[in-house]
Amino acid sequence: MISTQGLSKRFGYRWVLKDVDLDAQAGEIVALLGPNGAGKSTLLRILATLSKPTLGECQIAGFSLPQQAAAARARIGFLAHQPLLYEDLSAEQNLAFYARLYRIKRPAARVTELLRLFDLHLRRQEPVRIFSRGMQQRLALARVLLHNPRVLLLDEPHSGLDRAALDVLDSLLRKLAKKGTTILFATHDLHRAQSLARKVYVLAEGRLVAPSDGRRRIPGSFSGVYSRALRAAQKGA
Amino acid sequence: MASETVSKKPSFLAALNYLSLALMLAATWMVFFYAPREAVMGEVQRVFYFHVSAGWVGMVAFIAAAVAGIIYLVRPDKKWDVFSVAAVEIGLVYSLVNIVTGSIWARPTWNTWWTWDPRLVTASVMELTFLAYLLLRQSIEDPERRARFGAIYSILGSLTVPLTYMSIRIWRTIHPVVIGSGDPGAKGNFAMTQPMVFTLLFSLLAFTVFGVTLLWHRVRLGWLTERVEQLRLKVMGM
Amino acid sequence: MRLKRGLSLAQYLATVFAILRKDLAVEWRSRQLLAAMLIFTLLVILIFNFALELDARVRSEVSAGVLWATFAFAGTLGLNRSMAVEKEGKALDGLLLAPVDRSAVYFGKAFANLFFMLVVAVLILPMYAILYNVNLWHSGFLLVVLLGSWGYSAIGTLLATMAIQARSRELLLPVLLFPLLIPVFVTAVRASSFFLQGLELTYIWPSLNLLIAYGLIMPALGYMFFDFIVEE
Repeated sequence: MISTQGLSKRFGYRWVLKDVDLDAQAGEIVALLGPNGAGKSTLLRILATLSKPTLGECQIAGFSLPQQAAAARARIGFLAHQPLLYEDLSAEQNLAFYARLYRIKRPAARVTELLRLFDLHLRRQEPVRIFSRGMQQRLALARVLLHNPRVLLLDEPHSGLDRAALDVLDSLLRKLAKKGTTILFATHDLHRAQSLARKVYVLAEGRLVAPSDGRRRIPGSFSGVYSRALRAAQKGA
Repeated sequence: MASETVSKKPSFLAALNYLSLALMLAATWMVFFYAPREAVMGEVQRVFYFHVSAGWVGMVAFIAAAVAGIIYLVRPDKKWDVFSVAAVEIGLVYSLVNIVTGSIWARPTWNTWWTWDPRLVTASVMELTFLAYLLLRQSIEDPERRARFGAIYSILGSLTVPLTYMSIRIWRTIHPVVIGSGDPGAKGNFAMTQPMVFTLLFSLLAFTVFGVTLLWHRVRLGWLTERVEQLRLKVMGM
Repeated sequence: MRLKRGLSLAQYLATVFAILRKDLAVEWRSRQLLAAMLIFTLLVILIFNFALELDARVRSEVSAGVLWATFAFAGTLGLNRSMAVEKEGKALDGLLLAPVDRSAVYFGKAFANLFFMLVVAVLILPMYAILYNVNLWHSGFLLVVLLGSWGYSAIGTLLATMAIQARSRELLLPVLLFPLLIPVFVTAVRASSFFLQGLELTYIWPSLNLLIAYGLIMPALGYMFFDFIVEE
């Protein structure tokens, strides 16, 4: 469902991604670990068709980027750092607007369903501006799921959420994966990655440093591997 | 990557340097000693040759920048961006020469340095547009985006070029149209004699060659800047 | 550019309309832009009043110029605000993620900007007419207002999208916009004042033609270039 070969991205004269080979099957939850500035967001933005790779190939939901970006967009749900919402509009208006852009059938029902799921239904008429960080994040997640994407790209989906919301999100992600959704999420929380993902990639300084774990469970001593990989990356660069 | 040809000055360019110098000197000589004194306006009419030539090179440079911009959008290659910005800078300088020489001529002929005539307005709008182009470039960090936006703005801006060219031909104006027929109300019109035509053509040639030489140097400078930036980052280990 | 792939015209228009509707909803809920544009417009007219000492003899000749200068300044407020809405919360990225033709986003924004300019015009013209006792109720003049505002919004939306992605963006927009706007501005002033002076249509046609041409060329360029401006 997601696969990249030699994906590289240069901003100006600086390579922020270098030779990234990544692979995620349908129904798989994959974590992308790495410290701040490692290139996680850039990688997700490229996969989400917002940015174009400088070099390399990438396929997502059966489309190759960037040539078939327009077609791929209908299958991708991307959660960015910012909520990508209109602060002056209400929660409901925001979702209704995006539902129109994604040409969702029976939009009102779908919007209500998601508002309920993320426990925003009671405050659906309030402008996003006055929402807390966690509520904005929940609404952003609702926007991402609106069109039932086959591929989910989530940039730190857990940030800002409280315990209850975290549990809702994790069980939701597991359920979606069971139905065949491919999920790639970026985080710098090792434990979260371990508990949720079947496969972990570590990105440091724009390179994948830890080999993918294949189909095996992540070993308990992964944190050791992680920190060693980071050190190696820093030395290598 | 900057190509290796950048580091060494091509001998053809060296030759162009001397050719430009020779042509410009010859053109200057022709303007002052070969071209006859215009009966009505007197010596100041001699500014006409360089005025027209500078305007010509300026406009061609802006159009060239826009063409490079189109090519860049179709096939994003750094070299077209470097060319485009070089052409805009050359165009700005030549257009400024054009405006200043025009002003010098207008003082005795129209009795004022400046007047809000359609030609003067469109010419200054053209100049301002491409100054805005430089400002736009300056305020964008990412080189690729800078190149893309520059390309688009140079294409939009190039619309002012035909407007400037046509302004004396479509609107009522006091600016003379020496080549072709203009508004009968134009002030300072004259018929060119044979030597005048020769002088004009020769200065057009001289200015064009000089412009191409400058452009080439400016493009090389752009490449070298690029190269320095790359080396700097290499040294800094990025 | 991306009209292929079975995206029908109806879907395209639905997207344009969705964007337009969203911009109107944002404005309806925040009510910031129109209020600011209106007050600003009145202030500019006030300034012109003292700067030009608009008396009965002068104002019949300069009304068109004063009005268009006012629109041009107020318009940049609208353009900046319209793009600021997309920039906060990075909502523009949300639009780019959607499976819609990006030029439809451009047209949606351009129509929204046109709408705001026309609302300002609808409110300001009667006021100006009363304050200065000039008759602006002339169908030809109103047509010029419509055409001029459209040309303005078409090029303005494109350049505002560019400016928003640069440093010092509010500063940059007028600098980028006004040189390219001068042709439409000069023509609109000319056509307006011809209409207000009651000249024969044969004198006005060339100006109208120019306005129409501008109103066709600029959206065409926007259609072609918008994708290049928003991509990363």
